[in-house]
Amino acid sequence: MKTHALIAAFEHPGALLDAAVRVREAGYTHYDCHSPFPIHGMDDAMGLKRSPVGFIAGGMAALGATIGFSLQTWVTTSAYPLVISGKPMFSWQAYIIITFALFVLFGAFGAVFGMFGLNRLPRLHHPIFHSELLAKASDDGFLISIEASDARFNEEETRAFLASIGGTHIELVRGE
Amino acid sequence: MSSVNTTTVKTATAVLEEAPLVQGGLTFNGITEKVSGIVEKPTPPLWWLLFGVALSGTLVLGGAIGWLFYEGTGIWGLNNPVGWGWAIVNFVFWVGIGHAGTLISAILFLLRQKWRTAINRFAEAMTIVAVICAGIFPAIHVGRIWIVYYMFPLPNQMSMWPNFRSPLLWDVFAVGTYFTVSFLFWYVGLVPDLATFRDRATSKIKKVVFGALALGWRWGNRQWKNYELAYLMLAGLATPLVLSVHSVVSTDFATSLVPGWHTTIFPPYFVAGAIFSGFGMVLTLAIIARRVFHLENLITLDHFEKMNKIILVTGSMVGYSYIMEFFMAWYSGNIYEVFAFINRGFGNYAWAYWIMFTCNVITPQLFWFRKIRRSIPIMFMLSIFVNIGMWFERFVITVTSLSRDFLPSSWDYYSPTIWDIMTFVGSFGLFFTLFLLFLRFLPLIAMSEIKGAMPEADPHHYGHAHDEVHQGGAA
Repeated sequence: MKTHALIAAFEHPGALLDAAVRVREAGYTHYDCHSPFPIHGMDDAMGLKRSPVGFIAGGMAALGATIGFSLQTWVTTSAYPLVISGKPMFSWQAYIIITFALFVLFGAFGAVFGMFGLNRLPRLHHPIFHSELLAKASDDGFLISIEASDARFNEEETRAFLASIGGTHIELVRGE
Repeated sequence: MSSVNTTTVKTATAVLEEAPLVQGGLTFNGITEKVSGIVEKPTPPLWWLLFGVALSGTLVLGGAIGWLFYEGTGIWGLNNPVGWGWAIVNFVFWVGIGHAGTLISAILFLLRQKWRTAINRFAEAMTIVAVICAGIFPAIHVGRIWIVYYMFPLPNQMSMWPNFRSPLLWDVFAVGTYFTVSFLFWYVGLVPDLATFRDRATSKIKKVVFGALALGWRWGNRQWKNYELAYLMLAGLATPLVLSVHSVVSTDFATSLVPGWHTTIFPPYFVAGAIFSGFGMVLTLAIIARRVFHLENLITLDHFEKMNKIILVTGSMVGYSYIMEFFMAWYSGNIYEVFAFINRGFGNYAWAYWIMFTCNVITPQLFWFRKIRRSIPIMFMLSIFVNIGMWFERFVITVTSLSRDFLPSSWDYYSPTIWDIMTFVGSFGLFFTLFLLFLRFLPLIAMSEIKGAMPEADPHHYGHAHDEVHQGGAA
């Protein structure tokens, strides 16, 4: 079985945050911090850039609004022009509500599916699931995993490093 | 003198400091055990009893709808001029109920009201279930159910398209979007908790089902980073959406010329009423769930007090609207408008009007008293009153205006038939069936969110200075 990662537990969110900084400063790049909830300040500690999901949601929302408005315009002026209550064919005021509804709908699709896409989910299997420790993160565990694919990864040294920054229950995760 | 000042200041701080949201010294693990335990324990007999009752209600709904499809809308109490009866009343009632869930999940999230975490999950579930119940009514009201797809802009061989200038079509889009977005919001919130269930699963079936539903969530901050922003985006999109949905529903009435409907106050008035009714329902359900599942440490009296304050505020807004409608009718000088309101208060449906007024305007005012805001039996009763009052509000608006429109020769009195009643009662059956299934199989409290709102979740709690956190630790 291939070595996938080393994973270690830390005492509390504060300790995890400090450890994340130390891991980053040690030059590791293929690592992640697992916690039962997002931790305030962790993105900065890990040096992560802001998520692009906002742009995806914004772009999709704009697309939804465009589709909504154009569909209504096309239907009422060209595909099926009917005079209703003497209103003009192009009565844009009446289109605003459906335009808005599709703006929100597409924006929400963008946010949700964009987020899952960026997270590479759904992905039901992942080598990290071979870890005994990982399930602790769904309860009260604060963990750091450093993957073997990292250029600086060395089983002995990385294990010693994780212990030196306060990691306990250090576990070697094997599997693919 | 200075020492006196210091004491005063200290006391003031003590009063303003809020009690912790999670009580009883629960740890992160304690919360996981508590919430997962509800689902992992064997099904309690009480659940089966309630589920049986609710399922019978759903069957009643199915029967009533089946007969309706067979026979047509003639089985309802509709007449001319009252072409909109209980079906529309129930539609507006159920959509309104849903609004509290979105307010709690989206608006209170944007306002950083951390107390929402104890109640948001089941309030959102309530929203979804209520919107399902709501959606049934306009769909079955169309009469010719087999061409219900005319509501959607689908290309067809007749080259026909729906009328985009009609508020009824706006409703299709508004409610459809509302359901979809509420569902996505709820599901995204559920993913981490489903992953907890997956990691705790003992049987093969549970592992597979929760594993699939959790989509392979790995708890990593590289995932949380996208997740948090997506959640914020959803909250930002759902906030204007929830305010728009009931506004659009109100345009079903307001864009017509019927006296008592044709007013500009409708959108804000409907939105306030929707939130008011929704909180009534959340409160009713929360009080029962807290008792049955022993959630006293997670849903505290402080949570209830905050909800009661929202009920008081929105109830007062609704009361203001009722009174303002009378004023505007008089001030407009339009005889039909004046008559419509005098008729509401003192005509043949006065009994309904005063039930509505008492339940929505008078009794919620009791929440000015702190003792009442914190008394569970009284708030339970008042929350039921809110539910009753808000149903009657929609009844009063729909029926009084239609039954007494412009021409006295066309006036008629509307009463429901047994089929109207069965459909309405049955919709409660469906509501509770789906809600009980949710309580039995899914985490009814958002574990990851409530943990994240605890002081122990914040690195500052462990002595990190604020800028230290943001500059990436004590480098």
